[in-house]
Amino acid sequence: MDTYYQPHDLGKFADIGKGNKELWDKFLSYYSAVFAEGALTEREKALIALGVAHAVQCPYCIDAYSRACLEKGSNIEEMTEAVHVACAIRGGASLVHGVQMRNVVEKLSM
Amino acid sequence: MGLTLQARRSPLADAKQQLELLAANKGRPPFSVKMAQAGLAPLRATGITVFQINVGKLCNQTCHHCHVDAGPDRQEQMTRATAELCIQRLAETDIPTVDITGGAPELNPNFRWLVEQSRGLGRRVIDRCNLTVLLLPSQQELAAFLAHHQVEVIASLPYFRLAQTDAQRGDGVFDKSIRALQRLNAFGYGVEGSGLILNLVYNPVGAFLPPKQEAIEAQFRRELATRYGITFNHLYTITNMPISRFLEFLMASGNYEGYMERLATAFNPGAAAGVMCRYTLSVGWDGTLYDCDFNQMLDLPLGFEAPRHIRDFNPSQLHTRQILVGNHCYGCTAGGGSSCGGAVT
Repeated sequence: MDTYYQPHDLGKFADIGKGNKELWDKFLSYYSAVFAEGALTEREKALIALGVAHAVQCPYCIDAYSRACLEKGSNIEEMTEAVHVACAIRGGASLVHGVQMRNVVEKLSM
Repeated sequence: MGLTLQARRSPLADAKQQLELLAANKGRPPFSVKMAQAGLAPLRATGITVFQINVGKLCNQTCHHCHVDAGPDRQEQMTRATAELCIQRLAETDIPTVDITGGAPELNPNFRWLVEQSRGLGRRVIDRCNLTVLLLPSQQELAAFLAHHQVEVIASLPYFRLAQTDAQRGDGVFDKSIRALQRLNAFGYGVEGSGLILNLVYNPVGAFLPPKQEAIEAQFRRELATRYGITFNHLYTITNMPISRFLEFLMASGNYEGYMERLATAFNPGAAAGVMCRYTLSVGWDGTLYDCDFNQMLDLPLGFEAPRHIRDFNPSQLHTRQILVGNHCYGCTAGGGSSCGGAVT
């Protein structure tokens, strides 16, 4: 089936470097450093990445970090909670703008 | 409990069918080519420090990922005569470690004799234990026997939670495994200062690679101690090999190509240089010799004119033998590598 996002296209990610190798190399170096063990474990970082992947709704990132979370030893319960964190922040971000709505309503109303 | 491939008369019960599937590469380099590119062809043994005896395919479990296709219906069992040959040949060497596996090796009537004889020769003995066997009515004395002979126990526990463990190993296995681990702890296994070694084996519950060994070991240590008061020495990560029942899972779930691609992409020359077949000799239930337990299950005995039966065992011929490799070997060289002793790098 033809779709806009092809799962196998993730394997072509490095092709971006063909347009500008220097920037790609810098990005890759930064990316690798970000996900290396630090104050947070690689497993914790993969769970954060999974949550962010859902927040930005990137299908490639969801594929990659669902697998990465499993390969770092996380389980479906932890991964589901990470997705709920993304959902809560996204939902909360909408809901908190209700304050702006209320400000407008209060200003306009008698 | 599920049934073995053999009991279901699955085409994959035939090793030839598995090898045909594995031979089709779909753009991936054959394993032998990858090894040549890494400067590791032909792959040769560096000696024999592990004498691994697979005493048969009988098991009280039928795990979904089993590379042996072991189960309660399997009849293949090492006889006393073959066990005696193993011990005779072992005695002629200074191989330090005897690694006994199966199936559930403890169910072989010659298991305890093999342990006693190997220990009598002063060798370190490993029992690859599925844990639940310790709870069988016929095996109530097993933990005491293992402790008495200071046998090192390597026990399978794919995850520290019930859902994942039972999904791989069968309903009820997790709870029994926990009880068995607590029993081993009660005998001193995995308890600091006891000298009784209890190592665990993690393998992924699905078509993905294992985590870094030290990271998942820390998770297991914390979770098992907190939830169940269980202690252990080390945890080994082992990659699922794309053969037998795990191969069936890969095919049925549409994961085969993706998994093989993952293994090949994660090929690690450092892990390839340290693969276990370089220091292991694997003996089958009928005395046939193999480079490893996986080759054994694919009916690939020693090649390149090496002796093929324990009766013809000749250490000087085997120490630097050429090892028979195939595309399934990608399972041992991916990421941190995989061996019966866990990650390689």
